[in-house]
Amino acid sequence: MKTHSFAINPNIHTRPSALHPRTGRIGGFLMRPTLIFIGATKSLFFPVPHPRLYSPPTPLRHWKLKPVPQPEIAFPELHPPLSHQAAVTEANRCLFCWNAPCASACPTHIDVPRFIKKIASANPLGSAETILDANVLGLSCSRVCPVDVLCEGACVYHNVNGQPIAIGLLQRHAMDHFYASAGKLPYKTIPDAKKIACIGAGPASLACAAELRKHGLNVTIFDKRPQPGGLNTYGVAQYKFTPSDSTREVDLIRATGVEFRTGTAVGESLSIEDLERDYDAIFLGIGLGATQPLGIPGESLPNVINALEFIAAYKTAQPLPVGHSVAVIGGGNTAIDAAVAAKYLGARHVSILYRRSESNISAFAFEYEHARRAGINFVWNARPIRLTEHGVECDNGLVVACETVIVSIGQSRLLDTLQKIRTIELRNGLVVVDPQTGQTANPKYFAGGDCVNGGREVVDAAAEGKRAAQGILQWLT
Amino acid sequence: MADLTSQFAGIHSPNPFWLASGPPANCADQVMRAFDAGWGGAVWKTIGEPITNVSSRYSSVDLNGYRMMGLNNIELISDRPIDVNLREISQVKQRYPKNAVIASLMVESKREAWHDIVKRAEDAGSDGLELNFGCPHGMSERGMGSAVGQVPEYACMITEWVKEVARTPVLVKLTPNISDIRTVARAAKQGGADALSAINTINSITGIDLDTLTPRPDVGGKSSHGGYCGPAVKPIALHMVEQIASDPEVQLPISAIGGIGSWREAAEFILLGAGTLQACTAPMHYGFRIVEDMIDGLSRWMDSKGYANLAAFRGLSLPRVTQWQHLDLNYKIIARINPETCIGCQLCYTACWDGAHQCIHVDGYVNPEAAAEVSRASLASTPAGTTVSHATPVSRIPKVDEHECVGCNLCWLVCPVENCISMVRVDKGDQPQTWSERVKS
Repeated sequence: MKTHSFAINPNIHTRPSALHPRTGRIGGFLMRPTLIFIGATKSLFFPVPHPRLYSPPTPLRHWKLKPVPQPEIAFPELHPPLSHQAAVTEANRCLFCWNAPCASACPTHIDVPRFIKKIASANPLGSAETILDANVLGLSCSRVCPVDVLCEGACVYHNVNGQPIAIGLLQRHAMDHFYASAGKLPYKTIPDAKKIACIGAGPASLACAAELRKHGLNVTIFDKRPQPGGLNTYGVAQYKFTPSDSTREVDLIRATGVEFRTGTAVGESLSIEDLERDYDAIFLGIGLGATQPLGIPGESLPNVINALEFIAAYKTAQPLPVGHSVAVIGGGNTAIDAAVAAKYLGARHVSILYRRSESNISAFAFEYEHARRAGINFVWNARPIRLTEHGVECDNGLVVACETVIVSIGQSRLLDTLQKIRTIELRNGLVVVDPQTGQTANPKYFAGGDCVNGGREVVDAAAEGKRAAQGILQWLT
Repeated sequence: MADLTSQFAGIHSPNPFWLASGPPANCADQVMRAFDAGWGGAVWKTIGEPITNVSSRYSSVDLNGYRMMGLNNIELISDRPIDVNLREISQVKQRYPKNAVIASLMVESKREAWHDIVKRAEDAGSDGLELNFGCPHGMSERGMGSAVGQVPEYACMITEWVKEVARTPVLVKLTPNISDIRTVARAAKQGGADALSAINTINSITGIDLDTLTPRPDVGGKSSHGGYCGPAVKPIALHMVEQIASDPEVQLPISAIGGIGSWREAAEFILLGAGTLQACTAPMHYGFRIVEDMIDGLSRWMDSKGYANLAAFRGLSLPRVTQWQHLDLNYKIIARINPETCIGCQLCYTACWDGAHQCIHVDGYVNPEAAAEVSRASLASTPAGTTVSHATPVSRIPKVDEHECVGCNLCWLVCPVENCISMVRVDKGDQPQTWSERVKS
């Protein structure tokens, strides 16, 4: 950080004399170095430059080994926000395509050029409302969307100069402005409105609930966890999105009049019969279950953690100790989230063990790159056959020594819960729906999100939740 | 290497690039630094009885992030005493004898006053005089500046007064704030002017602060119309220079002013008959250093075209400007879109539909709204693959209905990709025919 600011006329030495060329006066006060202090005590030792005279330092890239436990783990942001001027400059670069490919590529079909041009025209609230009109989870999507394969991947600039518009960061810019100015979502209150239950408080249910409230229906969201938000609160990598940001997004939807009943497990503390009796339609946004087991010896050892539990623990400021060396088993995006988090939490050596080769991993290319840059070691063609207190033994004879093993080979299906709802149709443990309406074989039930698509992105859940809400509205009227 | 030396109405300068009369040519220090940077000449900030300026004085129009696309000022003539300005002109001429220094003058409309200032300016050593008949703000309220330049009789009379005593070339600077700039150009010629400068700034209000509701520039909650200049005014200046240059009754050397910031504008003005080029907004924006590329770029372009000196291409584009009635009605071009380079932004498509002649199509849709509706109705989801193809889908590449295309250029103008849309000649072999020929026959 700059600690001084000498406001010296930069041209003074190039002039024929030190006299002011127009007035003939000697340089005067401009030549005196000025040091501006703000604050009383601190500035005695640390002179703070005037805020207009220095640009804030870029976020730390080098993370200290010791994590900060309270109030939540403060990982450096993967993509820091744009300054106002950077956002306007970037927005001005947008070509404003007709029938834009970025908007078509977005599962929620946000009118991307429209919201970008509103940033350029100094109408950030209009920009934010353009985003939220299509996708109430605009805040979380701006942070966690795999934009490289969605809107930014479709940007026509790839074929001009290879520099797509930073749509994700621009969306974040508009959403940050919206939340900073305490914006609200539209909703209606109508007498004797129909009652809808949304099961699960993750992105799919949140999107469904907000759309229903927009049309005046009564919505109650049930979730077995203590906090709403689903994977946005418990599962997204901290360097992308924090639980407090997830809470802000939940509160925006809560403010439209949605009732949240957390700590309520449907099928256990609340029976299916009661649910069907009390509500006119039910939306299933229950997501997926725990990480699948490997089915090999040693999986119940205390040094073996599943990835989702590991991520949920550190996100709720109760990080599990990982030791100096960690092995992550799996090749998906969650495996990378867990591996990078382990690195941030203090592990010196983190390896990802994948049963197939580099070209087969299911993680997005940019996630793989991110892991590489974070210093994660990749071990290919390594299928674990036994976990021990000292590491992972693989079928090719390789033994990876480590203190902690994190298992991340995909989530299991929530068959127990789904099978209690007898008349819905399941295929491979996923709910079968009409893709246009989200309606299941039991017409009272609608579904969307991971329990339908098998585990995609937040934006897919948002799109499916909203689409199901429209299906519910259509079915009820 | 092309010869850029300039002989303009008897004023010699090492190149045709002059600082225009304005803030960059306010004092000796600035002018000398400009000459060090490479400027060939300078027209001094207008000298007259010192005035008092207001604060603030400038305002601008930005365009999509580009600052000062147009600049507006309400600054008056020099606020320094006449003798200080003239003494500094002497100093500059002593140190830089090869560079042109022109004294811009404005005094009250009295013969004695003009006689006096002309003699003093020439005694100071200036190479020529520029009569400021163009300043559109402030001075005009006192019967000077554009108050003179808007009345051909006054312009002629004062030019005559000046020529009665002047020993150096006299340039008359014209205001664009008049219905036909040629009337004053002819009056100046009649009064004996040796050359013309065009254009001065254009009356303007650049904008309004939407918080305070005060137009810019804000002087204590009020504003006043100013003079507009900078890149935005170049097309207007080009037209007016062309009008003067092609007027058979004028036939005077022209020092062109208006949005000149690089060698390209310089070449354009010379092609329409300009002798020297004056710049003000560009050095105000980026400093005197810009002249290096103006010289370098112009001489490289001249070398590539085989023009040995400025006279070799001066006015070459003038015969190509004509009246509309003399354009060939049978010259026919149409737009062709190169599918290899098309990026699928469809700006040409919507521009043609909403802004032109509805002859660009996307397969299967009768209008752009229908195409957009179908596109958004499709369900998109995150691809499972790790990489995406950036190739433009064929369905996004618009096609031109060549029978309907009128060759208006709009699609080509909005296309953001170099060499994607080309305007192709498709004459059917008809003999050229103009409107005037058609109505005659």
